[in-house]
Amino acid sequence: MITESCGLLHAAHEDDRIFDMVDYQGPVARWCSGCGDHSVLAATQRLLTEKQLPPESTVFVSGIGCSSRFPHYMKTYGFHGIHGRALTIATGVKLTRPELDVFVVMGDGDCISIGAGHWVHAVRYNVNMVALLLDNEIYGLTKKQTSPTTPQGYRSNTQPRGSYLPAMNPLEATLGFTNASFVAQTAEWVPAHLFATLKAAYEHDGFAFVRILQRCPHFTADIFGDAVKKPELVEILDGPGGIRVESLDAIYKERIEHDAGDIHRARELAQDSDAIRLGLFFRDESRPRYEETRAPVKHTAREKMAILEEEFERYAV
Amino acid sequence: MAVKLPTVGGTPPAGRDVTTHRVVDNSVEIVSDSGEGAQKCGQIFGAVSAKMGNGVWTVEIIPAEVEPPPRSPAGASGIRIRLGAEEVTNWGDETNVVVAFNEQALVGRHRLNALADDATILIENMWADHPDEGIRAQWAEAMEELSTRSYRIVEVPMEEQCLTLVDNPRRGKNMFALGMLAWIYDRDLERCRDQIAHAFRTKSPEVTERSHALLELGYRWASENLDFRYDIPTATESEDMVVMNGNEAVALGAVAAGLELAAMYPITPATSVSHMLGDIFERFGGIVHQAEDEIAAAGVAIGASYAGKCAFTITSGPGMALKTEFIGLAIMTEIPLVVIDVQRGGPSTGLPTKVEQSDLLAAIFGQPGDAPHVVVAPATIEECFHVMTTARRIAEALRTVVIVLSDANLATGVAPYSRPALSAEWQSHAPDQRPIPEGLRPYDWDEATGISRRFIPGQPGGEHTVTGLAHDEGSKVAYDSAVNERASTMRSRKLAAFQSTLLPPPVNGDTRGDLLVVGWGSTKGAIEEAVERARDEGLRVSSLHLTFLSPLPPGLKDIFAGFRKVMTVEINYSDRPGDPFITELNRRRGQLSWLLRASTLVDIDCWTRVLGEPLRPGKILEAIRQHMPDGDTP
Repeated sequence: MITESCGLLHAAHEDDRIFDMVDYQGPVARWCSGCGDHSVLAATQRLLTEKQLPPESTVFVSGIGCSSRFPHYMKTYGFHGIHGRALTIATGVKLTRPELDVFVVMGDGDCISIGAGHWVHAVRYNVNMVALLLDNEIYGLTKKQTSPTTPQGYRSNTQPRGSYLPAMNPLEATLGFTNASFVAQTAEWVPAHLFATLKAAYEHDGFAFVRILQRCPHFTADIFGDAVKKPELVEILDGPGGIRVESLDAIYKERIEHDAGDIHRARELAQDSDAIRLGLFFRDESRPRYEETRAPVKHTAREKMAILEEEFERYAV
Repeated sequence: MAVKLPTVGGTPPAGRDVTTHRVVDNSVEIVSDSGEGAQKCGQIFGAVSAKMGNGVWTVEIIPAEVEPPPRSPAGASGIRIRLGAEEVTNWGDETNVVVAFNEQALVGRHRLNALADDATILIENMWADHPDEGIRAQWAEAMEELSTRSYRIVEVPMEEQCLTLVDNPRRGKNMFALGMLAWIYDRDLERCRDQIAHAFRTKSPEVTERSHALLELGYRWASENLDFRYDIPTATESEDMVVMNGNEAVALGAVAAGLELAAMYPITPATSVSHMLGDIFERFGGIVHQAEDEIAAAGVAIGASYAGKCAFTITSGPGMALKTEFIGLAIMTEIPLVVIDVQRGGPSTGLPTKVEQSDLLAAIFGQPGDAPHVVVAPATIEECFHVMTTARRIAEALRTVVIVLSDANLATGVAPYSRPALSAEWQSHAPDQRPIPEGLRPYDWDEATGISRRFIPGQPGGEHTVTGLAHDEGSKVAYDSAVNERASTMRSRKLAAFQSTLLPPPVNGDTRGDLLVVGWGSTKGAIEEAVERARDEGLRVSSLHLTFLSPLPPGLKDIFAGFRKVMTVEINYSDRPGDPFITELNRRRGQLSWLLRASTLVDIDCWTRVLGEPLRPGKILEAIRQHMPDGDTP
C-alpha cells in the first residue's frame, strides 16, 4: 500500500544538489484561471521535488492542445510535439535512453481521438513512463468542439444539438488493451489524491496510465460541477495494492473495496461511465516491458567494425 | 577463358553440335508462377556469376500479390540477370535467354516486349499435353501468339525430370533450371553448390542436398540435350568485391554509419531493409522498432534522435505521406533525422513492387509550411551503402532532416561493388552529456550557416522545451513577425551553407555539345550506357547525374550553357509533346525537369516513362535520337 508522503527530500544524488520546487518551475502558465491544468502542474512539480529528479534527466513530452503546453511550464527537458503523437516520441526517448525519466501529457482529443492508435500500442509496449490523460471532455484550445469523451447530448460548436454518441470510456478501453500494467483515475479538484496517484504512477515499473478528470472553466465547467461540490458523488477505490490517502477519509466517505490486482473486477468498476471513481483500478508489475526486451548490447566502434567485416564476408565475391 | 569440362553428366551425344556463342553482354530471365522459386534461382545464378568475375545486374519481376492466380500473364514472377564481360550498371534492354515454368508467365513477358526477337526460350512442356483440355488450349494459343516473333523455343521436360528425384517438383524445379543455366553459361558447379548451401542455410540440410541433386540433374540434362552455350569473358578484378541488393546495402550502410535505431512499418519495397536489420542489427547494439504505423515509426525515430541517438526511418511513398507532419516537426525543432524513401509507383497504393521516381517533388516540397531540408539520391548499389554515412553526418551537422530517395530498382537489383574500407570514424559517439555553459541558448543560430549547438537531454543547464510552434533562439513560443521571419531565414540558411560545400557535378562526356541528358537516382547506369551508344553513333551527347536534389549542387547553369539542348530522363509521369490535348503551357513535366527549370530558368525538356520497370538503355537511346536539336552544330 502506498501512503501519502509528507514531502521530505529523501532521494540522494551523487552531486549533492538539492532541488527546490522552484527548480522545476518554468514561466507562469498561460492557462485560463480555474483550469484544471494548473492543479496537475503543481502536483507534478511537487512530485519531482519529493523524488528529487534531476531536471536535466527528466523529459516531459506532449502533443497539441491546452494541456500540451505543460512542458513549457516545467524547467526540465521538454518536447511539445504534434497532435496525438506524444506517446511515439516518448517511446523513442525511453527506448534509447532508459535512464531518463519520461512523463507524457496528453489531452482527451490528443490521446483518445487523433492519437488513439498510439495509445493502444503504448499500453501494450508497457515502456516505463508516466502517461497523463488530462481529460476535460472537450476540445478547449480550438474553442469547444466535441471530443470522444464529451458526454452524450452535451452541446458543442460542432454538435450544437448535443453530442450524438455515448462518450468513450478511456478506463474501460485501457483495461481492455493487452499488457496493461497500471490504470488509475484521479481528479484535479482532489489535489491530495492527484498527488498520491502521480506518485504511485511514477513509482510503477512500466507504463502508468492516469486519467485525470478536470474542469474546463470555459467550456465544461458544469460537467464536474456537482462532483466538486458534493463529495458523496465521488467513490474512492480502497483496498490491497491501491492508493491510500488518509487525509481524504473525512471528506470522501463513499468507498469501494477493490483489489488492484484483480483485472476482472477492475474492468467491471470501470464500465460504469456515470460513476466518478477515483483510485488505482489495476496494477501488475510482472508484465513484460518492451525496452527490457530490446536492451541493446554495447560494443566499441572497433568491435562493431569487426562484426561488420564478418557480415560483409557473407557477400564477398 | 578456358572452357571447363562438365564435372557431371557427359559430353553431348555424337552427332549433336554444340555452338558456343562468345558475347560480352547477355541477359537471362527465369519466369514462373509466384512461389516457384524463380527469384532464388536467379539470385544464386547472379551471385555465382559475380563471383566468377562477370559484371552482373539482376532485377526481380515481382507481382503485387503473394499468390496471384497461377498460370496468368499478370502473375508472372521472376528475375532477370544481365551478365557482362565488364561492369553492368543496369538491367539492359531485351532478354536473350528465358527459362519459363509455364507458357502464361512467358506470354506475360512477351507482351511487355521484354524478350529479344531472337531470344532462346527453354519452356516446361508438361502443359502441352496436360490432361486438362483448357490448359492444352491455352498452350496452343500461347504458342500461336509467340510464333509472331522469331523466338527459338526449346521444350524441356522439367517436371518429368524433377520427378525422378523429388515428389513435388514445384519445390525444386528452380534448382533444375539453375543446373541448366550453369551448363549454358559454364558456371563453376562448386560455386553453385556453395551458393545454394548459403541460400538455404536456415533450412534443413536435406533442402540443400536435394537442391544439389537437382542442380546436377539440370546440368546433366542440358549437357545431353542442348546445342548452345554462352561464353562471357570475365574481367580480372583485382579489387575485393561484394555482391548484394540496394536494400541490403542500405542496411549495412546504416550499421557502418553508426545509426542505432531503425523505426519502420512494413511497406513494399522498403521492408527488406528491416528484414536484414532485424537479422543483424542487434549484434551491433542496434534496435529495429516495428511501430504500430508509419507515423509512429517517424515519432519513435525523432524521439530517439532528440534523446541523442542516431535514428532513421524507412518507408515508401504512402508511408512518406503519413510521415509528413513529423518531418515538418523535425525540421522545425531542428532534430536530425534520416528518412529512407524506397520509391515505388504512385500515387496512392500505385505499383507497390515496381520502380518509379515520382516522389522527388513531394520529398523536397511536400511538407506544409516552409520546411528546408536535404534530399539526396543514391544512383548505384554501392552508393546505397555510402549514402547512409553521408546522410547521418549531414543530418547531425545541419540539425535537420535528410531524405534519401532510393527506389525499387536499386532495392531489388543485385550487383557487385568494391568492398568498402570500413572506418571506425563513421561510428557515432555516445550522446554529449557535458553541462551547457551558462548563457547558451538552444537555437543560437550562426548568422552565416544557420547552425546552432544541439542540446541533448541529460545535459545540465540545457533544459528547455522544443516545440513545433514558432519559437525564438531560446525555444520560447513566439508569434511576432520578426522572430518568425528570422527563424525561417536561419532554417533556410543551412541549405545555402551546405550548398557552398558541394562541388559542381561532373559531366559524363564532353562539357560542350548538342544535347545534355540529366538524370538522378537509379537511372544513372542506363542513361550513361545510352549516351555512350549515342556517342558511338556520332551524336554530340553528354550526361549529368545529380546526387543532391535539395539543395541542388552549384554550377548547373554554367554546365547547361555548354549545350544546345538540355533534357531530363526520369521514371515519372510527364505529358507527351504532340498529344493533341497538350500545349507548351499546360504540359506537365518530369519532376527533375520542373525543378531545374524553376531554379535555372533554362528551357529544359524531358523524356519520362512510367512503365513499372527500369528504363532500358535502348529506349533512352531512341529518345536521345528524337530529342537531338535540329540544325547543324554551331
